[in-house]
Amino acid sequence: MSLGDFLGVQTWVGTISWGAPIALAALGGTFSERTGVVNIAMEGLMLISAFFSVLGAWALHNAWLGLGVGVVSAMLFALLFAWGAIRFKADQIILGMAINTLAMGLTGYLLNTIFGYGGTPVNTPQLPTVSIPLLASIPWLGPVLFRQNVLIYALFILLVLSHFLLFHTRLGLRMRAVGEHPQAADAAGINVYRIRYLGVLLSGFFSGLAGAYLSIGALNSFNVNMSNGRGYIALAAMIFGGWTPLGAFGASMLFGFASSIAFNLQGLGIPKDLVLMLPYVATIVALAGVVGRTTAPAADGVPYDPSESS
Amino acid sequence: MDEVLRLRGITKRFPGVLANDRVDLGLLRGEIHAVLGENGAGKSTLMKIVAGMLEPDEGRIELDGRPVRFSSPRDAIAAGIGMVYQHFMLIPVFTVAENVVLGAEPGRGLRFDRREAEREVRELAERYHMEVDPAARVADLSVGLQQRVEILKTFYRKARILILDEPTAALTPQEARELFQVMRNLAGQGISILFISHKLDEVLEVADRITVMRHGRTVATLRPAETSEQELANLMVGRAVQLTSVRPPVERGPAVLEVADLTVQREDGRPAVQGVGFAIHAGEVFGIAGVEGNGQAELVEAIAGLRPAAAGRIRFLGRDVTAWDARRRALAGIAYVPEDRVGTGLVMGFTLAENLALKRYFLPPLARRGWIDRRALWSEAKGRLEAYDVRPPEPGLAARALSGGNQQKVILARELGSDPELLVAYQPTRGLDVGAIEFVHGQILRLRGEGKAILLVSLELDEVLELSDTVAVMHRGRLAAVFPAGEADRERVGLYMTGGRERAQEEEGAGR
Ligand SMILES: Nc1ncnc2c1ncn2[C@@H]1O[C@H](COP(=O)(O)OP(=O)(O)OP(=O)(O)O)[C@@H](O)[C@H]1O
Ligand SMILES: [Mg+2]
Repeated sequence: MSLGDFLGVQTWVGTISWGAPIALAALGGTFSERTGVVNIAMEGLMLISAFFSVLGAWALHNAWLGLGVGVVSAMLFALLFAWGAIRFKADQIILGMAINTLAMGLTGYLLNTIFGYGGTPVNTPQLPTVSIPLLASIPWLGPVLFRQNVLIYALFILLVLSHFLLFHTRLGLRMRAVGEHPQAADAAGINVYRIRYLGVLLSGFFSGLAGAYLSIGALNSFNVNMSNGRGYIALAAMIFGGWTPLGAFGASMLFGFASSIAFNLQGLGIPKDLVLMLPYVATIVALAGVVGRTTAPAADGVPYDPSESS
Repeated sequence: MDEVLRLRGITKRFPGVLANDRVDLGLLRGEIHAVLGENGAGKSTLMKIVAGMLEPDEGRIELDGRPVRFSSPRDAIAAGIGMVYQHFMLIPVFTVAENVVLGAEPGRGLRFDRREAEREVRELAERYHMEVDPAARVADLSVGLQQRVEILKTFYRKARILILDEPTAALTPQEARELFQVMRNLAGQGISILFISHKLDEVLEVADRITVMRHGRTVATLRPAETSEQELANLMVGRAVQLTSVRPPVERGPAVLEVADLTVQREDGRPAVQGVGFAIHAGEVFGIAGVEGNGQAELVEAIAGLRPAAAGRIRFLGRDVTAWDARRRALAGIAYVPEDRVGTGLVMGFTLAENLALKRYFLPPLARRGWIDRRALWSEAKGRLEAYDVRPPEPGLAARALSGGNQQKVILARELGSDPELLVAYQPTRGLDVGAIEFVHGQILRLRGEGKAILLVSLELDEVLELSDTVAVMHRGRLAAVFPAGEADRERVGLYMTGGRERAQEEEGAGR
């Protein structure tokens, strides 16, 4: 196998499809963290959505409706998380782990109860892959960027929108203010709780898209623990990306690239488990090298208590 | 003149503390109304109630004769009440303009129009003569400039009633004077101003009326013409206060701190202190006067070990400590009262006992075999809090639950109480009431009498002149002049402070 094969079209197509679910969740993570809530529950939210997307698509005979069901279910769980983290000032990490455990148990249980041991039905509808006329036939670029699942296009659009929202709108300014200095935001007349709910819900929305991509985008089935740690990787990518949408996207694609390479390396005689570690090792190395130099929002992970406004 | 704001029977309790006790207060249109009182008297609490940050347990607020209820700052802002807090409410990573317009941003549709925000803020700044670059990051501004941003914030919201909590505590005398000018302008335009201060002279200078609070109650409302600094001080504290301290003669010992050719850099690599050299002896108070931002902060940080020396040497008790870290210097006997009490001085979420032990928790008697002895921590803290009159003297209280002045007292209790050989103090009396200032000045002179060395940096010229045996003036990172106490007077020192070095020397040359 030559270098050319490694960096061929398939590797780039793989980069996008491995990176996309991470990027979607990581984009959502920037909103949550920029408003001051560490959303480690993204892992569970993805899983919830992955399952309910399949369930919805199968029951309603429509992949789009499935997507809607999946995203809404993730947002409902995000709401539960937000409620505990914001209203009751619960420890965000512990609460997030609880949501993740709950998601794992619930989806596993429902999978068995509803679909039995055969798994999800093979006739579950899938979100379409769309070729953009003309653009798709450009060599190299075409297959990589313009012959993709609809959620990949959604990712690109949402990436731009996210950047715009966070850095060029009033709402974005307020979200960042709440994550940096909630007391100051409160004093400026901003409803800190509402903004944080919004941040977490946006994160739920994006994790929902990410989960749906896994189950009815890339495939049309659901497996136990399908998210497989991607929520955590998304969290890492978001940090690596300096809490910005563009950075989070870039970091996610880096992970996607490493995954894609690892995928290609399989079958070369290198032990499979070692190869599968590659993306994670790459993430750790990247994180270790960069994290020291980026700064988290000052109030990230700290519940807001107005009476502590010294 | 008609009354725009009336407080009736405002009462506010915190666990174990009656912060406001049936307070009545009236504010007229276009009036500058000062609120005086001891540390912990309940001034900030009262202001926060008016600004909607706290809700009173009892009593009511009337605006233009109509009762109002604020359940959040939003309500108060909408009613035209703007407040500048004792601890700034600024977002360091945002620009000036972003901070000012936050919550009421210009723009079309969803978009935030940054350019427009900067333009509006620039206009506002010019109108009130408060120059500040709207595009600058707040983290890069001096405390004095940050203050301007805070004030601009309320103007941007069209405040009719402006509340300033110790606005001059962080300002240079020059800046304070500019602020008073601004306040008078505003009052002339019908804006009513409530402001808290511990500085009696400025209160008498700028206020139309003065309300004195003690133990949560208002004890008197006076006009400046009817009263004096001494009467106000006595009213506040409830006893006769000595406003100036006398410095008895003390035998000067050997050098304790020797600084030679010290150069210290700012974060951005530019020099903040350039080739400074001086020595402080046992039994000497070495005072550094100067306008804020001339390198004093960096100088004391370098001496405390919090900032590396780019060049030069620091010797302490004859040993070269230039390479020592802050803990080693502290243990060797250098006490340090930092400029920024919230960021550097205290851990706000820690208890007072923990804050007091911050520099020695690993040493006996506070620790034994690596374990912290809670009881020892507690009882030691209790003693210190009482000795320094921290109110309330509760070791288990979180630092953030204290009033600003009492937080400062906790730092002083830790640093002065550690029996240091050298005390390095930056604005040690910032935010303290007259009674507490009397006490701290007494403590500094006690250390001096015991043959300790003191480096006192203050933006208050009077404080430096009153306490120092040697007065140095810092300007643009250099010691522009060093006087023995007898030769330093307000005019001469003031001239050097503003960089009039050449002028000063010329005049002296001509006079000879
Ligand atoms: N959040 C809080 N929790 C508990 N106690 C508090 C809280 N805020 C203030 N207090 C207490 O209420 C009293 C009044 O405090 P306040 O801050 O109003 O004093 P102040 O007059 O502004 O004093 P200073 O001049 O030192 O700023 C103090 O005893 C203080 O310890
Ligand atoms: Mg106060």
